[in-house]
Amino acid sequence: MFGLPYNTVVVLFGASLLGGSVGLVGCFAILRGRALTGDALAHAALPGVCLGFLIAGERHLGIMLGGAFLVGLLGINCIAGLRRWTRVKEDAAIGFVLSVFFGAGVVLNSVIQRLPGTGSKAGLDSFYLGKAAGMSADDVYHIAAMALVLLLLVALLYKEFKLVTFDSAFAQVQGMSALALDLLLMAQIALAVVIGLPIVGVVMMAGLLIIPGVAARFWTERLGAMLLLSLLFGFLMGLVGSGISSEVAIPTGPIIILTGTAIFGGSLLAAPRRGLVSRILAQRRFQRDLDRRKLLRVLFDLSEPRLPGRAELALADLLQRRSWQPARLRRLLDEARAAGQVAIADGRYALTAGGLQRAAEVARGYRLWELFLHEYPDMALAADLTSESVEPVLPAAIVADLHAKLKLAGRWPRG
Amino acid sequence: MLAVTTADLSLTGWTIAVGAVANVACALLGCYLVLRRMSLMGDAISHAVLPGIALAFLLSGQVHGWPIILGAMLVGVLTSFLTQSVNQLGKVPEDASMGVVFVSLFAFGVILISTSPTARAADLDVDCVLMGRIEFVPLDVEEWFGWTVPRALGVMVPALLATLVFILVLWKELKVVAFDPALATAMGINAALVHYALMAMVAGVTVVSFETVGSILVVAMLVVPAATAHLLTDRLAPMLLLAAGVAVFASVFGAGLGLVWNINVAGMMAVGAGLAFVLAVFFAPQHGVLGKLIRNARLGLRIQCEDVIARLYRMAELHEEADRAETVKHRLGALWSASGGLLGWLAVYRLKQKGEIVAAPSGGIELTEAGRRRAESIVRAHRLWEAYLEKDLELPPDHLHEPAERMEHYIGPDLQSELESRLGQPGVDPHGRSIPPAPPSKPNVLSRDKGER
Repeated sequence: MFGLPYNTVVVLFGASLLGGSVGLVGCFAILRGRALTGDALAHAALPGVCLGFLIAGERHLGIMLGGAFLVGLLGINCIAGLRRWTRVKEDAAIGFVLSVFFGAGVVLNSVIQRLPGTGSKAGLDSFYLGKAAGMSADDVYHIAAMALVLLLLVALLYKEFKLVTFDSAFAQVQGMSALALDLLLMAQIALAVVIGLPIVGVVMMAGLLIIPGVAARFWTERLGAMLLLSLLFGFLMGLVGSGISSEVAIPTGPIIILTGTAIFGGSLLAAPRRGLVSRILAQRRFQRDLDRRKLLRVLFDLSEPRLPGRAELALADLLQRRSWQPARLRRLLDEARAAGQVAIADGRYALTAGGLQRAAEVARGYRLWELFLHEYPDMALAADLTSESVEPVLPAAIVADLHAKLKLAGRWPRG
Repeated sequence: MLAVTTADLSLTGWTIAVGAVANVACALLGCYLVLRRMSLMGDAISHAVLPGIALAFLLSGQVHGWPIILGAMLVGVLTSFLTQSVNQLGKVPEDASMGVVFVSLFAFGVILISTSPTARAADLDVDCVLMGRIEFVPLDVEEWFGWTVPRALGVMVPALLATLVFILVLWKELKVVAFDPALATAMGINAALVHYALMAMVAGVTVVSFETVGSILVVAMLVVPAATAHLLTDRLAPMLLLAAGVAVFASVFGAGLGLVWNINVAGMMAVGAGLAFVLAVFFAPQHGVLGKLIRNARLGLRIQCEDVIARLYRMAELHEEADRAETVKHRLGALWSASGGLLGWLAVYRLKQKGEIVAAPSGGIELTEAGRRRAESIVRAHRLWEAYLEKDLELPPDHLHEPAERMEHYIGPDLQSELESRLGQPGVDPHGRSIPPAPPSKPNVLSRDKGER
């Protein structure tokens, strides 16, 4: 297929399908603040796998995965129970389940390896680091079946999951059982972990659950979009990671994770709005906007006494009013001149007619805010003070009151 | 298999010793992680140090020694730093950012090791780092002042000593930062510096323990003994000692059973610690589940007893002139059904034992003088609370009984007299029934004065 060896196609297909479906359920874990529960689950599954092997007496995949699923759920219930009934905090509860269950798994594994004949065939070693490259067509069928189940569940119960994720109290009021939905979510994660474990291994499994969702969160505020993106990122991690690994001889699991790390890093930097670069740019833009407003306000304050005449101001006057850096002030003045708001004659600055109008507007907004903070101090924390003036932010009644009071005080700027 | 020879014994002894030293070092540092709710930082660091180990190995060519420890400590601090950076810069929840960071670093480490032929040749394989090989520790020996001891002890003992020195020197700082970082900053302690020093210590001890006990046991020892100790005590010094005790127990348990049954020793040590934890969860005196259940049952019984005698008091009061015993006998059926099965039966039994009720000549039960005094106090509390609710909270009369029925068990003599004086010595409750006076043995003026002072 596509001119690639059959094995490579199987691995590419399986890894990307796995990445996509695990990324999908990982989203919910992250949104519910349970990112590391998946990690605990992946560790807790090991003794289940071993028990399954001991019970079946051979490498029977169904029984081993069933054991992993059940013990994984037991681990999750341990975490929940410890949190509810004792003073043990969630982090320590997760740490307990993760390490003690895994320790028990290591012990059982050593028991299995001691068994005559069958021990070495258990192939349990792959559970530590995974063996993505050795994926068989059967594995891919399992992954596909799991992916289908997960997709169907998420599609059918989308509304319920959404509600229980963002407002579980409200979901309960609506008659949904938050507990049942929570368990279902955890069961989904357990299913994904159990299927993925032999392929990518314990530690990488945690990465596969966490990274796509966290990366997707940078790009959107909507759950639906986040789920789709997370699915896509997980898919890409599997595809690109296993692709690289088939070209260069390095282990598949880790390179899948590093692909994810790259996607995460890219999202962290480049995502619009929530990304680091755009947040820094927005911060800069806001700062410059604030500076411009500040300059106009100072110019207006200094010009106001001589209105309707024209005030010509020296640089020193302006410098005195505010702690500007002289160079910065000059740059701001140049910008204002370019915008036609300020005129220069003989090294003295004056507002143009258009500039005066705009400056009066800015000064009015500022004075209204000042008045607001003075008159309604208890509302100050709730208001968005970054807005230029009060009108778009505050209730109409308060705005009218502030207007009236400012006019009464004779401080209403006239441009 | 059970034919234990002296050679086996010394083998077991050394395994226990090495395990105990490694476990105690981890458990002591783990206390601070658990208290700061950062237990999973141990998990994260113990995975994330892998690239540090690998890079230090590739640069120095050594599998043991300072380069490896330094490399691990650096990456340990880096892990913590990166986690905080991602958390703050990217506004990613802390657990998720920790997950991203440590999994990525671990993956990087695995790739470094598995692609370097020298690393593979030097037996620096990942399985060994994960599971350790404590079973082989006693076989790799060296001479110490004429004693033959395992080589691992020569690394682990200094690591334990360094941990002890670290904790003793920074005792106050670590304590304040663990319980109240804001206060630490106010006291002029550099909380960030202490935090990163702790992270570096965790990473150092982690990597030193790796080659002997393996990373999974390190994670178990960083979390489980400390969590166990935290269930048993509320004080820091006892907590550290208890955690160390659990670590030693885990080592004895794991090495003993592991060697006897010929199964993985490190895994058994983790299971041993887990066992101690589970025992503590159920049987810890203060914070254990059973202790809580028993305290709840005791409280339930006390409340039931008080309800029974208060009821007897009220019945006697209603029929002061009538034949008291006859009435009580008549109402006993109602009392039983209201008292609720076993707990009611237990309450009556207990009250009889304490001599607060006796069988009445007519066949029912009645209050003794002691029971009457206690019942008076409860009814007094009940009616004062009703009066208070009506006067200060202005609740309607039909809303008074329920809350008072619950509160009556928690209002002691001091609070009673305070309520009484605040209500201006009401004498009767909102339903018009008289409020019993305070017992004369404790003049209420005196107790009120005490309360106010």
